[in-house]
Amino acid sequence: MIKQLSIFLENKKGRMWKALDVLEKAEINIRALSLADTSDFGILRLVVPEPDRAREVLEENGFLVKVGEVIAVGITDKPGGLNKILKILNKSGINLEYLYAFVEQNKNRAIVVLHPENIDAGLEALKNGNADVLSEEEVYSI
Amino acid sequence: MIWNEEVECMADEDKRKLQLKRLQDVVKRAYENVPYYRKRFDETGISPEDIKTLKDIEKIPYTTKTDLRGAYPFGMFAVPRKEIVEVHTSSGTTGKPTVSGYTRGDLEIWSECMARGLTMAGVTDEDVIQNTHGYGLFTGGFGVHYGAQKIGATVIPISTGQSRRQMEIMRDFGTTFLVVTPSYGLYLAEEFMDDGMDLKDLKLKAIGFGAEGWTQEMREKLEEKFNAPAYNIYGLTEVMGPGVGIECAEQDGLHIFEDHFYPEIIDPQTLETLPDGEKGELVITTLTRKGMPLLRFRTKDITTLRRGKCKCGRTLVKMDRVTGRSDDMLKIRGVSIFPSQIEKALFKIDGLEPHYQIIVTRPEQLDELEIQVEASQELFSDEVKELVGITRKIEERVHSEIGLRVNVTLVEPRSLPRSEGKAVRVIDKRDL
Repeated sequence: MIKQLSIFLENKKGRMWKALDVLEKAEINIRALSLADTSDFGILRLVVPEPDRAREVLEENGFLVKVGEVIAVGITDKPGGLNKILKILNKSGINLEYLYAFVEQNKNRAIVVLHPENIDAGLEALKNGNADVLSEEEVYSI
Repeated sequence: MIWNEEVECMADEDKRKLQLKRLQDVVKRAYENVPYYRKRFDETGISPEDIKTLKDIEKIPYTTKTDLRGAYPFGMFAVPRKEIVEVHTSSGTTGKPTVSGYTRGDLEIWSECMARGLTMAGVTDEDVIQNTHGYGLFTGGFGVHYGAQKIGATVIPISTGQSRRQMEIMRDFGTTFLVVTPSYGLYLAEEFMDDGMDLKDLKLKAIGFGAEGWTQEMREKLEEKFNAPAYNIYGLTEVMGPGVGIECAEQDGLHIFEDHFYPEIIDPQTLETLPDGEKGELVITTLTRKGMPLLRFRTKDITTLRRGKCKCGRTLVKMDRVTGRSDDMLKIRGVSIFPSQIEKALFKIDGLEPHYQIIVTRPEQLDELEIQVEASQELFSDEVKELVGITRKIEERVHSEIGLRVNVTLVEPRSLPRSEGKAVRVIDKRDL
């Protein structure tokens, strides 16, 4: 499992920029990012190499941050790649809260960040289904 | 401890006799020396001689803030200006400020009332009082100061602001009694904790708070954060300043110093006097004030009066916590709402910080009520549905408290304005 930062953003001009600006100044490179939003607020989710330090600098700048766990899975970057993963979860009756994906540079691989309702059960199902579950080191060194 | 047992524990009959004598005296002085009162009495067709019983006070017309403004600056003084040794004014946020003038004797009464009140809260000449109320035209700072001096406590006249300095002094000088407005107290606690200070290490024995509306939940937060009991101090500039009524150790209502003030409760709509135990607007007559006597001054504060001997031994009437102001009452879609009701509902939610703002709008014909609440580490969740669930839960709590649907918005921590005086809780954007 890998660590993910969740940042509370008020639906106000410039808040996301401010959060990313804080990270830039602290020289923290973002590995993966997604934004969930409603009409009133948003949740910015990030995977970064130094989650604890990132959390610290964000909190120092007044952001509300939670560090949680997600699963990162490598898939082949071609049609049906993601489907394979979802099939495994579906077969095991695992519900997904959310997922986001990104394509790796210079490699024929895409990475999917998954947050199942029950993260332990999800992880087990993926491993049993022979999915390419990535370690923290693998994700951070992308 | 009781500062002045003779008057604070006076038998009802003796008290009423004293009050009647003083009422007749103040009415006479007001009539003879203040043109405003002479005119009002003559217009109403009454004379000071018509006051034969305490009940006769109901014949006297009310005095309002507008009347005081009309007499700006010194028109309400009942003595030559040279006998006035100090003046204070209201903040003037709702219009021209009202002026309050004090003779040397009036200041002595003020000191006495505050000394009684601080004694109720446990202050003695051994204590170190950190007075964060502003010193200046505002009565808060000086009122507390006079009472503390009368007792012989050590006063730190620090006023509001400079939270870092407040913290250093509180720790280094060994403050035992802190005087704050509730919102400033909570703000200080937050700042102190941010600086890594353990509030439990302080020598704080008790807190005196006043000058703005509060709820029981807010008191509990203040007590919890500072680990000390907190007592409410009530007063208003027009009548004197802090010290009109103060809570005793029972924390169940504020004793009004009836030898100096005669309280009544009226219905703010019909203006009829209400019996003890009924909720309405507090009206005060100053019984002993020489510089600026006030007859039946409408405070706009909503409360209830309760009589009977208190467990603390005092026989002084008690007023309940002020639950609102007859003028900060919001009319939303025709329903009367006090911000304190909303606050009460908010504080029932675990993990909610005491920082909120109420915004009233009227996008079409209907009033909309939005409540902005600061999200906290405890409330925040990584999942949208949970966050939405929390706002729904807050909306439901407020709905069941006030009977109206509201929209709750979570905002980022520290994004709502912090006050160093009276907190601005309501923003009414309606063009009424």
